[in-house]
Order: sequence, then structure tokens, then C-alpha cells
Amino acid sequence: MEHYLSLLFKAIFVENLALAFFLGMCTFLAVSKKVETAIGLGIAVIVVQTITVPVNGLIHEYLLREGALVWLGLPDLDLSFLGLITYIGVIAAMVQILEMLLDRYFPVLYQALGIFLPLITVNCAILGGSLFMVERGYNLIESTVYGLGTGFGWALALVLLAGIREKLKYSDVPDGLQGLGITFITTGLMAMAFMSFSGIQL
Amino acid sequence: MMTSKSARLLLEPIVDNNPITLQILGICSALAVTTKVAPAITMSIALTLVLVGASLIISLIRRHMPSSIRIIIQMTIIASLVIVVDEVLKAFAYELSKQLSVFVGLIITNCIVLGRAEAFASKNPPWPSVLDALGHGIGYSVILIGVAAIRELLGSGSLLEVQLLPLVKEGGWYEPNGLMLLAPGAFFIIGLMIWGVRAWKPEQLEKPDYRINILHRTETR
Repeated sequence: MEHYLSLLFKAIFVENLALAFFLGMCTFLAVSKKVETAIGLGIAVIVVQTITVPVNGLIHEYLLREGALVWLGLPDLDLSFLGLITYIGVIAAMVQILEMLLDRYFPVLYQALGIFLPLITVNCAILGGSLFMVERGYNLIESTVYGLGTGFGWALALVLLAGIREKLKYSDVPDGLQGLGITFITTGLMAMAFMSFSGIQL
Repeated sequence: MMTSKSARLLLEPIVDNNPITLQILGICSALAVTTKVAPAITMSIALTLVLVGASLIISLIRRHMPSSIRIIIQMTIIASLVIVVDEVLKAFAYELSKQLSVFVGLIITNCIVLGRAEAFASKNPPWPSVLDALGHGIGYSVILIGVAAIRELLGSGSLLEVQLLPLVKEGGWYEPNGLMLLAPGAFFIIGLMIWGVRAWKPEQLEKPDYRINILHRTETR
């Protein structure tokens, strides 16, 4: 249990996908103008990330890994080069399924998420989470925890940045820094704050 | 061959319409590989190759793609090209591919590639698409290598692993700035770079949401 808590904590704060690994930056910068939309996108990312990371983990473990196809009688087959295309396919399919399910059963949430759901397919944080999971060889439970943690960490950073930017628009920013420039510098300061978590072990 | 239109396609994305500093595209993987110049150059070449290849293929089949499934087709083409680049890197530059870790794979979700495929290559003939892709690839590379050069020089006093500023701990005079090697340094440098570009090209300035202190400003607009 302690191991999973530590993994969760690490995924949320120490190795925050947005602030430490720069993943999902395009969406991060583009959708952080309002707290409300940031919360919507954040929830969508948490859900998709928590589903896709373990699913991709299972696919890697039982289909693609070297020697994974023993149960088919093909012990020497190594399909890991197909990883990238499979993971992105799984992510796209998951997003599509989630979209249909939400549309059918939770129309209010579906309306609220709107355009953000399809956008998640090309969010590097989602693919990045799966790739890090494969690189570090997490098992099923670990990858679920890792997916939840990275999704939550990314959403947290997004909502925090949106909160700062809402206040920031009333301040007198130098012309050249207006918009994108000051957002980068703010994100840098946030990354510095998050770095103070590094080294903490549960 | 090189008419003014093609020259514009090639040159415009480098400064005037740079994918990173103006269009907010492709930042995701750009920042993480810039602690040293060598991986940044590798990443730039990899991205440019994928971008040009994807634009060429998508532009060639643009009339045969049903628009309802075009995103999936584009993703498949891009993912296949990225797999090729990834395998080539693993075979011939194993050390570098270890350093780049997951970021070569993340070229798939690099918004520049899909963005250019969707916005340009799927509507234009092959030759302009290739030029446009090459221009965006170079625009991305310029920023990437620029950031990497600043971070490596200030963070470890070297460029391409050649020690330019002798470090204090090796008897020199330069105390390396560790912040440059960490995540915040990359954000600050890109932010300042954007400031620089926009000071040079004022037409790229963004309009503020609220105009403040306009009465106290001495300059007129």
C-alpha cells in the first residue's frame, strides 16, 4: 500500500507531467484562460488517463512485449516496435468510446466537456503517460495508480495556471510579454514551486 | 522552381509565423530535450523528417481521403513514420535515443505535424506542402537548438560537450547555473525568447484583455 501511495504522490507532485516533463503543453497553454474550462478539461484528462494507461499496460504485457505471445505458441516474437501505433490507436478508440458513453448516459457532462474530449487524443500527456509506464515496466495496479496520479497532477497544474491567469489579466504586463510570454514565465515559476516537492519520499 | 510564393512558404514559418513562439504548436516535446544541444539537434532532424514525410504522403493522397476518417488516416501515417525514425535512431544512435527516451515517440502527438497535415497538406499539392513542412520544421529547429544552446552553455558551460566556460569545480571561473538544466529554466528561456521575437516583430504582439494605466502611459499608440 505504501508503495502505491508513494507512486501516486510522485506522479502528482514530483514528476508532474506538465511542469517537470513539459507534456501536454500546447493544450496546457491554450486552455488555461478560464478556471471553468480548465476544470472540465482536467476531469476529462484524469478519466482518459486512468483508463488508457492500464489498458496500454495490458496490451504491452500480453501482446507486444518480447515473448508476450507465448500463449499463441510464438515465444520468439517481439512486436514492441508496433507499440507507438497501438497506443495511439487505443487512446483514440478510448476517447471515442468515452465520448459515446457520456453522450448516452451523462449528457450534462458531455455538453460541459464539449470540444475537449476529442482534443485529448492528441494531448502528449496521455501518450506520454503510456510510454513512461512501458519504459518503467509498471504492473497493472501500478499503472492504474500511475495513470490516476499523472492525470490528476496534470489537471491540478492546469487549474492552478488558469487561476493565476484569470488574475493576471488585470495586471500591466510589458507589451512583448503579453499573452504567451508571460504565461511561459508564470509556468516556469509554478514549476519551481513544484520542484520543492522533489526528494520527498512517503 | 523557387518562385516568390514557394520562398514565402518556406521562410515565413521561421520567424514571422514561427510554430513555437507564435502558433503555440509543438511545445510539448520541445522543452524536455533541450538540456543539451546534441539531443536537440537529433530531435529537430527527426521532427523535420517526419513532418516533411507526413505532409508529402498526406498531400499525395488528399483527394482519396474521406473526410470523416481523415484524422485516423493522418495519425496512422504519422505514427508509422515515427516508428521508422525511432527504430533507425535505436539502431544507429543508441545513446542519443536513450537520452531522448519517450520524446521521439511523442512526435506522434506533436501538434505541428498534425496541424500542418490538417491545415495545409490536406488541401495543397505535394511541392508546396513539402516546402511548408520544411519551413515549419526549420522554424521549430531554430527555437529548439537556440534554447538548447543557451541551456547547455549556462547550465554546464559547454556546447556540444565541448567545454567553453571552465567550471569552478575543475579549477576554472564559471559557476554553472543549475536552474538552466531544470524544467523552470526552459520555461523562462522560451518566455524571454518570445519577448525578444515580439520586440523585434511588433506585429506579433497580443492584445491585452484589459487596457490599464492608459492615461499614465507617455507613449502614444
